[in-house]
Amino acid sequence: MKRFSLALAALVLAAAPAAAKETLTVYTYDSFVSDWGPGAAIKAEFEKTCDCDVKWVAPGDGVALLNRLKLEGKETSADVVLGLDTSVTAEAKDLGLFGAHGVDASRVKVPGGWSDTTFLPYDYAHFAVVYDTEKMTTPPRSLDELVTGDAAQKIILEDPRSSTPGLGFLLWMKAVYGEQAGAMWARLKPRILTVAPGWSEAYGLFTKGEAPMVFSYVTSPAYHMVEEKTDRYQAAAFAEGHYLQVEVAGLVEASPEKALARKFLTFMLTPGFQNEIATKNWMMPAGETSVPLPEVFGKLVQPEKTLMFTPEEVRDHRRDWIGEWLNATR
Amino acid sequence: MIRIEQALYVYGDFRLAIDVAVPRGSFTAVLGPSGAGKSTLLAIIAGFEPLRRGKVEVAGADVTALPPAQRPLTMVFQDNNTFAHLDAWTNVALGVAPSLRLDEAQRQMVDEALARVGLSALARRKPGDMSGGERQRIALARMLVRNRPVVLLDEPFAALGPGLRAEMLAEVKDLQRERGFTVVMVTHQPEDARAVADAVCFVAGGVARPPVATAAFFAARNDAAIADYLGGWRDS
Amino acid sequence: MAERHTITALPGGLGAALWVAAAVAAGLLPLLSLAFQAGGPTLDGAVWAALRFTLVQAGLSTLLSVVPAVPLARALARRQFTGRGLLLRLLAVPLALPAIVAVLAVVSVYGANGVLGGFMPVYGLPGILLTHVFFNLPLATRLVLEALATTPPEAHRLAAQLGFSDNDVLRHVDGPVLRARLPAIAGLVFLLCAASFVTVLTLGGGPAATTLEVAIYQALRMDFDPARAAGLSLLQLALSLTLVALAGRMMLAQASQAPLRLRQQRFDGHSPAARALDAGMLLLAVAVVAPPVVALVAAGLSHVALSAALFSALGWSLAIGGVAALFATVLGYGLAGAAARLPQRRMWFEGVALAGVMVPPAVMATGWFLIFGRNGTSRAELFLLVVALNALMALPFVVAVLAPQLARLAAAHDRLCAALGISGWARLRLIDLPALRRPLAQALLLAGIMAMGDLTAITLFGSGGILTLPALVYQQMGHYRGNLAAGTALVLAVVIFLAAWLAERLGAEDDPH
Repeated sequence: MKRFSLALAALVLAAAPAAAKETLTVYTYDSFVSDWGPGAAIKAEFEKTCDCDVKWVAPGDGVALLNRLKLEGKETSADVVLGLDTSVTAEAKDLGLFGAHGVDASRVKVPGGWSDTTFLPYDYAHFAVVYDTEKMTTPPRSLDELVTGDAAQKIILEDPRSSTPGLGFLLWMKAVYGEQAGAMWARLKPRILTVAPGWSEAYGLFTKGEAPMVFSYVTSPAYHMVEEKTDRYQAAAFAEGHYLQVEVAGLVEASPEKALARKFLTFMLTPGFQNEIATKNWMMPAGETSVPLPEVFGKLVQPEKTLMFTPEEVRDHRRDWIGEWLNATR
Repeated sequence: MIRIEQALYVYGDFRLAIDVAVPRGSFTAVLGPSGAGKSTLLAIIAGFEPLRRGKVEVAGADVTALPPAQRPLTMVFQDNNTFAHLDAWTNVALGVAPSLRLDEAQRQMVDEALARVGLSALARRKPGDMSGGERQRIALARMLVRNRPVVLLDEPFAALGPGLRAEMLAEVKDLQRERGFTVVMVTHQPEDARAVADAVCFVAGGVARPPVATAAFFAARNDAAIADYLGGWRDS
Repeated sequence: MAERHTITALPGGLGAALWVAAAVAAGLLPLLSLAFQAGGPTLDGAVWAALRFTLVQAGLSTLLSVVPAVPLARALARRQFTGRGLLLRLLAVPLALPAIVAVLAVVSVYGANGVLGGFMPVYGLPGILLTHVFFNLPLATRLVLEALATTPPEAHRLAAQLGFSDNDVLRHVDGPVLRARLPAIAGLVFLLCAASFVTVLTLGGGPAATTLEVAIYQALRMDFDPARAAGLSLLQLALSLTLVALAGRMMLAQASQAPLRLRQQRFDGHSPAARALDAGMLLLAVAVVAPPVVALVAAGLSHVALSAALFSALGWSLAIGGVAALFATVLGYGLAGAAARLPQRRMWFEGVALAGVMVPPAVMATGWFLIFGRNGTSRAELFLLVVALNALMALPFVVAVLAPQLARLAAAHDRLCAALGISGWARLRLIDLPALRRPLAQALLLAGIMAMGDLTAITLFGSGGILTLPALVYQQMGHYRGNLAAGTALVLAVVIFLAAWLAERLGAEDDPH
């Protein structure tokens, strides 16, 4: 028994120095930390600036991330939550878990500026209809043209009940058409090939050549241009403007590592983090980079007008608007 | 009545050389150690197992290429001689016409066969509600309605108690005499052979030997294989 | 005679049933408690449309999968031909493909750019049905084949001797077995199709194609509305239980007859009509299953990147598949054993096994997370949770394979074993395992490949350092790497193919003569 206690003590002592090193637990979505995501490089960069360990926890996609927080509530072991987007931040705020980020938001570069004191953006992208130039020579130039155009030229959408881009398109329709959204959905319906459960399924069908259009991001063509060296897939610029998705991070108020968490959020807007975003998350950096973006990013659609509801509007109306969509397209 | 000459059966690494002739109207017992191929011999005659070499003659005709149904014989298995979802009467009727479309005379034949094996009262009972002995009687009744000259019995009463077994054997012997069937019966019990068989076909060491008279077989204690098989068994 | 066997069969069966009940309770109760905090389970009008579509698509999918499975399984049972083994292995592949891989494979055959494009509409109900048949025709065929294998070999000899026509064989030999097992098989396929999610949404064409499962997913995930999720889950559970009860009523008690000493041989099917039918069915099976599999191979062949991530994912998939298969087989053995010895409670035990397809996995995972995962899970704990959920989901298949065989075995050996005092471990090792080699190998294979191909458990609990092949496929797709994903999917298909081959080898019986 005594020997056992000694062994235990030795073990504890041996473990102690490692435990003394601070650990920052960051909840994020899984693709952020996958082999192709920016997670690994960002972890390495941040750990250079502090004597600490970054521990990524990825409970699934962005929606799963929020649900994990709802389930865990105050017991969450997260210090930082990274990867919520502006359609869910109001709900996230309502959880009462997040404290003020306390970072100077004037350095944030997102269209329309940033004033939220709880969540801090790290990247953004406008949604867009991406089309296959080999199948479509004259893409729609506006949402109106998409809705009223040739029904033989199909589009693949995502389901707003299960995916963020799906919700993004729903909000875009609402932002442009307001009260008329339901009627316009009905007009669009013949053009919809199918409504996939998520972006991956939709984009997979699109690249199989199932339809000439898919709902995605203005940044999508950058991937094909950089990685596949092809201009085949392009985003269509819409006259009414493009709906914006901003991805944000926040710090957990009750975290014992709040200082470190704040340090991470500050780091988030510096080149050490931001350099990885464009070509690994295929989004636009929301902070300063030290290397220029790949040239092809200059060829991307630059929306002249940004559409966006406030997170509170989305929270209050999402279910009604989804109901409106269901009724119009069922 | 049955003739298999210089035939060879092969399955995997199991081989059985067969040289067997069985006269018309005789009762032949097939004896031999477990796994020697006694049941296989019957399956070959019945057409369930193909020969590698040689041919099978039954009633003077070469049946080697004939499917089981076209061979002039009936086989009774140790178990599963009945279809569980059909009653005793219907199980017997299958022996007349698998379509179960029977005319009046055929129906009467089924009734008579059931009466002959003592199952009249149980005609509408399903096999699951009958005893092992009663189930085998269904098979015997079916053998009667089929009325094929050759009957192959594959340990039909092995699962029955000694008293019932003796009774059923005697009954089979009676039916054989009555109808003039040629019977070949696999058994594990030398005393069964002693009781009903005219001849014994011994299957051992990959060979099915020509049948010899029952008395001669049990007297052949100088044959090492037979002595080995019979071991301490003694005629009573 | 039944009483004695009851006593020996109960501990295993009850133990397994209790585990399943505890697992389901752990899944449902936390959600129900959340629901009651929010005012109790609720349902709304939109549910009825979802319910109707669920019933229609699952009913049609089941019909189209199970009806052809009968002649197909009979063709496989009575024909020996070159390539039979290959065909059986090919039929295993769809069972483990993640839905999106199968959907993309089907689309690349029948879709806009497909070889058979325009042959039939892919979006809407036809596409859903086609994909469900691609998944479930092989499954139903395998299960029917297992059921046919329980026929006493003498029955076929008897049929041959009595000159049964092919119709007589169907009526008197295969018919009773089919009547005994088909309701359970159809019930299982129905529940699987009712719970289908990715296929229904991706090919559905729009929100008209909404199933209960989609509604539950939405309630739980997007809305995080426990009251609605609970209401929907209870509705789905009630629907499933009704179905199981119906199937139970339709199922005739299978009169199990004994010996296991003869080799299965069939003598039917020599008429030209039967030959034509069998050839037609085998061609149909190839026509349904092969094109998407070929498309999958073609798409993946030049994109197999032997990366560290791939090997790690392969390792996790094998580990999860292997452990879940063992666990599910142990549980299923207990349940099927109890069902075999307590015929009057048979549906009860076999019904328990269906829990994994009755309660939506999303609900199970949420409940389990609330109980076990609140304070963070280590990788080992996560592994166990994923394995447990996968075992629960694979249990129906294990029981479907083992139940008829155990019924046969119980009838054959129970009295003798009781007489000789052989029980427990000795009975298992000496009597049951040798006699059950082939069905056990089949059960392990089915459970293993279902678990290997499963994406639900791993997605619901979060990857947390465990990345399986299907998860890797999704991750690659999520990063525009559709080609790499095709390569990974091909690796998964090859692993399943090899597993099916291994199961055949393991299950090869020594032929008695």
